[in-house]
Amino acid sequence: MSVKQANVSENRAAVGRKVLLRSLSYLVLILACFIAILPIVSAFNVSFKTAEEYASSNAMTPPRNWLNFENYLMVWRGNQPSQSLLRAFGTSGLVVVIVVSVSVMMGSMLGYVLNRFRFPGNGLIRNLFLIATLIPGIAMQVTTYQIMTDMNLVNTLHGYIILMSGTDVISIYIFLQFFENLDVALDESAVLEGCTYFGVFFRILLPLTIPAIVTVAVLKGVGVYNEYYNANLYLNSGTFYTVSTALYSFSGPYKSQFNIICAGVLLTLLPPLILFLVFQKQVYAGLASGSVKG
Amino acid sequence: MSTAASPLLRRRNKKINWQKVALIVTFSAVPLFLLILFTYVPFAKMLKFSFYNMSYTKNKGYVGFDNYLKIFSKEEYVQAMLLSLYYMAGAVVQLSLALFFATLLTSGLKGSGIFKGIIFFPFLVNGIAIGYIFKFFYTRGFVLDTVLQAIGFPLESLPYWLRDKAVNNWSLVFTSVWKYCGQNMVLFIGAIASIDPTLYEAATIDGANKWQQFKAIILPGIKTVFMLNLILSITGSLSAFEPAYVVGSMGANGTATFFIKIHQMAHVNQKVGMACAMAMVLMVLILIFTAAQRLFFRYVMKDSENTFNGKANQAKALW
Repeated sequence: MSVKQANVSENRAAVGRKVLLRSLSYLVLILACFIAILPIVSAFNVSFKTAEEYASSNAMTPPRNWLNFENYLMVWRGNQPSQSLLRAFGTSGLVVVIVVSVSVMMGSMLGYVLNRFRFPGNGLIRNLFLIATLIPGIAMQVTTYQIMTDMNLVNTLHGYIILMSGTDVISIYIFLQFFENLDVALDESAVLEGCTYFGVFFRILLPLTIPAIVTVAVLKGVGVYNEYYNANLYLNSGTFYTVSTALYSFSGPYKSQFNIICAGVLLTLLPPLILFLVFQKQVYAGLASGSVKG
Repeated sequence: MSTAASPLLRRRNKKINWQKVALIVTFSAVPLFLLILFTYVPFAKMLKFSFYNMSYTKNKGYVGFDNYLKIFSKEEYVQAMLLSLYYMAGAVVQLSLALFFATLLTSGLKGSGIFKGIIFFPFLVNGIAIGYIFKFFYTRGFVLDTVLQAIGFPLESLPYWLRDKAVNNWSLVFTSVWKYCGQNMVLFIGAIASIDPTLYEAATIDGANKWQQFKAIILPGIKTVFMLNLILSITGSLSAFEPAYVVGSMGANGTATFFIKIHQMAHVNQKVGMACAMAMVLMVLILIFTAAQRLFFRYVMKDSENTFNGKANQAKALW
């Protein structure tokens, strides 16, 4: 009887400890989430305030009218037509679509060649890409700028697109890994049936790499969409604004009117948010394959 | 040699297979061209220009190591380099937090997916947007100050987060931790998820508590991923620029990191030679740090790495 009681109280203590540990874990995670979204939520909050309200109320008090979309309309139309977010979304969309398509094509083709063919230079090409990961790209922007100038590519949209499509090792690596796991028997039987190597790639392997294509497209797409350093440097004549540079240009006309600026910020957050909600799995998977590039 | 790999082709003939050549050339020419154009040519030029006194338009001639000597003799630049220590400290905090959250989120809590998504989301936020969000966040009396006042700090006791030199670099480091912590966490969660779950069961039967399980099972299981993230974060700290560039208004008030200095040297002062020498120094620093960490882990931790190049030797090389 007493042994049983001791057991029960011991169990109770263990359960109690477990509950406490769980509650603490939730508390910590809720705090972390609070910190992660507080800056974004406060931007959301202020984006619905009128200029007068913004000046007179505390940053954290909720807006009087949650349906005041005036600031959103203002940034959507822009201070000047060229700086409107509507146009910037168009420009960025075009850049993203082209750069992603080029990256997917280049990555998958090179992955196929390097994985399936033995030829003199295969190792050399792999090494060239490997060493390139060691050279921090950001350090070379000075001379890259000069090369872009020499080729008359500064302040042109195609110049920016070419630069952004410039070889990205991670997508090549993702495709290399993917081809490694695709059975070579597929290629062999196709060739025996008279298929050319080009046919093997386009008709048989490429459709099978769709998971890798989605991963590369999502990762590269978000990266290009969010890119601002090169956009700022290479598209600064005022003709073309990407989402990033249009947003950057707001600091001129709207200087410290955060109610308007934050409306722009929130609008630019929407595409990655939607993409993330739809492709969560691919985003996580892409990060994992990208991180082992070492 | 070229067709030796495949019994299939060996039977056919020993002549050059033009279809294969055509495929290799067409499929690899463009990526190789872009790689050389945007990586190796700029690198070669950077190395050359670092020995010249020149701007984008004028070249005043070869000056030997003068540019390099100038970098190390000016306190301004050394100071800028030392700023990366803030970011390194931030990186350590960031990785520890990420590992902590990853451990919590893999322990079978309800709603893990939602927590993971929320903590990760800042990684996807546009850099310029981060700049605005945090300028608003840190402005006197705005978001952060309101929260701190609500938990009992009087406004007078709080610093100007972006202006006070005592705290502003930490404020900027925080924005970087905010952005990248979730990304590291996702990678750690992936690594932890790939650990054999029966190990935990065995450990529980043997009476190991959570901390012992963490030390004996989780840590060794994610060593490689942790290592890679550590290297990337530390080298990232050396070339940190995003927070200072977008939140700190191009490095105002003593927040200009070395990269910001390079940017200003090249695009504001137009001193290309000097900027190239600074970029070379940055690159060499990064390489030294990377090599030192790799050696440390290879020989001290006896870690075997699976590299991009390592795969070359195991390539299937079908045709």
